[in-house]
Amino acid sequence: MNELYIKEKIQGGLKDSIVEVTGDGTHFEALIVSPEFEGKNTLQRHKLVYSILQEEMKEAIHALSMKTLTVDEAKEKNIE
Amino acid sequence: MSDTIDNIQKTINENKIVLYMKGTPESPQCGFSSRVVQILNELGTMYISFDVLADPDLRSGIKEFSNWPTIPQLYVNGEFVGGCDICVELYTNGELAGILEK
Repeated sequence: MNELYIKEKIQGGLKDSIVEVTGDGTHFEALIVSPEFEGKNTLQRHKLVYSILQEEMKEAIHALSMKTLTVDEAKEKNIE
Repeated sequence: MSDTIDNIQKTINENKIVLYMKGTPESPQCGFSSRVVQILNELGTMYISFDVLADPDLRSGIKEFSNWPTIPQLYVNGEFVGGCDICVELYTNGELAGILEK
């Protein structure tokens, strides 16, 4: 399982999202900025991403740590 | 599978704080489970835990129950709180202690 595949799958599932993924083949970290997180708490945001990666989470991805931000939250933390 | 799901529901209804993890608090078998145990211990939390490595039905059943694909999973007052990431975030911003004491 590689980072590019995960990045494109998340981008495909979340409108207007900016996604960065790093990982070692089974454990991954993702930074995801999307307007779709607006009004959602962290648990709901993570569940949304997990629903996009439902198949991959069964076997290929052992762990996925996520930073899930709205556009404004990303600006506050000056993330481009 | 459904009796596994019923057992989970019963357990989280009857126990205030329940941690489903890999291994045991005394010997966690994964870094993420160990991190949550560390946090609960630091907060002096009384909780019961289940080792999903010892029970394959529980390991898949808990993921189906919460619609959350990874372990560990923390439950408080019958509600799914989150996995390692979320517990760390709640702990760092000081919210977890309040949730545990409710």
